[in-house]
Amino acid sequence: MVAVLTKVFGTENLETVEDIVQQTFIDAIMVWRLKGMPDNPQAWLYRVAKNKAIDVIRRNKFSVQYDFTDEDRILLTSEYTLATTMENLWKEELIADDMLRMMFACCHPEISEENQITLILKTLCGFSTAEIAKAFLTSEDTVSKRLYRTKEFFRQQKIKPEIPSVDEIKNRTATVLNSIYLLFNEGYNATYAESLIRKDVMEEALLLAHLLTENKYTQLPESYALMALICFHTSRSESRLTAEGEIILLPMQDRSKWDKSLIKKGNEYMNLAAFGDAVSTYHLEAAIAFEHCTAPSFKETNWQQILTYYNLLCHISPSPIAQLNKAVAVMMMLGAEAALDSLNAIDDKKKLLPFYLYHSLLGELSTRLNNPQKAKQYFETAIELTQSAAEKKMLKEKIVALLN
Amino acid sequence: MKEFLLLFRGGEAKELQQSPEKWQTHMQRWADWMGDLTKQGKFVGAQPLSNSGKTINGSSKMVTDGPFIEGKEMVGGYLICKVDTFDAALEIAKGCPILEFESGNVEVREIQEMMEKYS
Repeated sequence: MVAVLTKVFGTENLETVEDIVQQTFIDAIMVWRLKGMPDNPQAWLYRVAKNKAIDVIRRNKFSVQYDFTDEDRILLTSEYTLATTMENLWKEELIADDMLRMMFACCHPEISEENQITLILKTLCGFSTAEIAKAFLTSEDTVSKRLYRTKEFFRQQKIKPEIPSVDEIKNRTATVLNSIYLLFNEGYNATYAESLIRKDVMEEALLLAHLLTENKYTQLPESYALMALICFHTSRSESRLTAEGEIILLPMQDRSKWDKSLIKKGNEYMNLAAFGDAVSTYHLEAAIAFEHCTAPSFKETNWQQILTYYNLLCHISPSPIAQLNKAVAVMMMLGAEAALDSLNAIDDKKKLLPFYLYHSLLGELSTRLNNPQKAKQYFETAIELTQSAAEKKMLKEKIVALLN
Repeated sequence: MKEFLLLFRGGEAKELQQSPEKWQTHMQRWADWMGDLTKQGKFVGAQPLSNSGKTINGSSKMVTDGPFIEGKEMVGGYLICKVDTFDAALEIAKGCPILEFESGNVEVREIQEMMEKYS
């Protein structure tokens, strides 16, 4: 709804759009409580939102706040065409594209990543400010401020929600993909939230990535690769936590719980991602996830292949995090000593210091190299650094295991 | 580029409104027609007019009720477009959905530039 209404009122009037949506839901709650849910709730909501939008247009005919002079919207100014034009804007087949346009507006390169994700959650995924605040363990105040800043940017720049031109689409899609990737990561491994996995956030990322793979302009190999990556990782959701929310590490996960249909879907997207000569980080990460998903057991994992992918990954996008992950593959393949060497060879080690995973891996390596004293220290640092309760618990258990 | 006023008369709006489907199809034709003009950059504005009204007459400014004329003679709405020639405006008028009805007609008038005759 937000996406369609933004097409009507422009990004500069996001506030109006949100008011209409909110009013529509309030109406729904009141009417449905009295009369019961209508047969087609979605159609009902759309109709109410349409009528409210028409009311706003009529009430503000002489206001300068709304600018309907451009070609796409001028027919909203004539009573002859207002209702029909409004009706046509809500056609099912257009709505997917509207969401995509809105996504491009949210992922404008001049908006910071944090603000992009916040806005996506708010406008496209329908998260409340409180829910976003919870997802990022920050105050509602901060979230409001982020939203306010982005809206202010929209107001000033009058950013049109549109699909970028052909020569821009690759770069702009990259920004959108990055935002979805970060969103998915947040759901897959919630940095802050109480529960480690936020399935709702993961699902939203899946939906948004799916939109990109359905539109002919954004069906880039990278989009398919990201979709594959999301499918593979999501397939393991059920096996990653115990009923009590404790972490189950990969070697101990019950592979029969992995969602075969999602793995199959991931494979299909992998195949689609293989056209052209583009090899993106998403391709490689998806390939690594594929190896994990298709290994019959932890022991039978093809570490050689995974290490090859990590080498490529470190080559095309040399980030300390990628190198850290690579060290894990080295450990599995060549042993703890080699892994330690590979960790020490990382140029930007300083950047890894704030990550609990770095210390946790050092702890693991020290354990394997029979240095429990050191291992304990590393694990303790790691505990300090993570904000996730589940991760803290897992690390504490590792320390306990050291003492036995 | 000149501006032209198209005045619509007649039509059977009331009858059409009896059936929501027919009404919707008809209004879609208006949207298509005006949509085309918009795309060609020829659209300026358009509005339908209500049937009731009053008339103010002469220097006495006497107010009389309504146009009180037969439905088909009453102006039901207007559209202003910008094109280069009268013929082009006529062509546009021919596409007007009000002409689906026998009773409908469109009057095309060029908007005149007032001469400044002071001498």
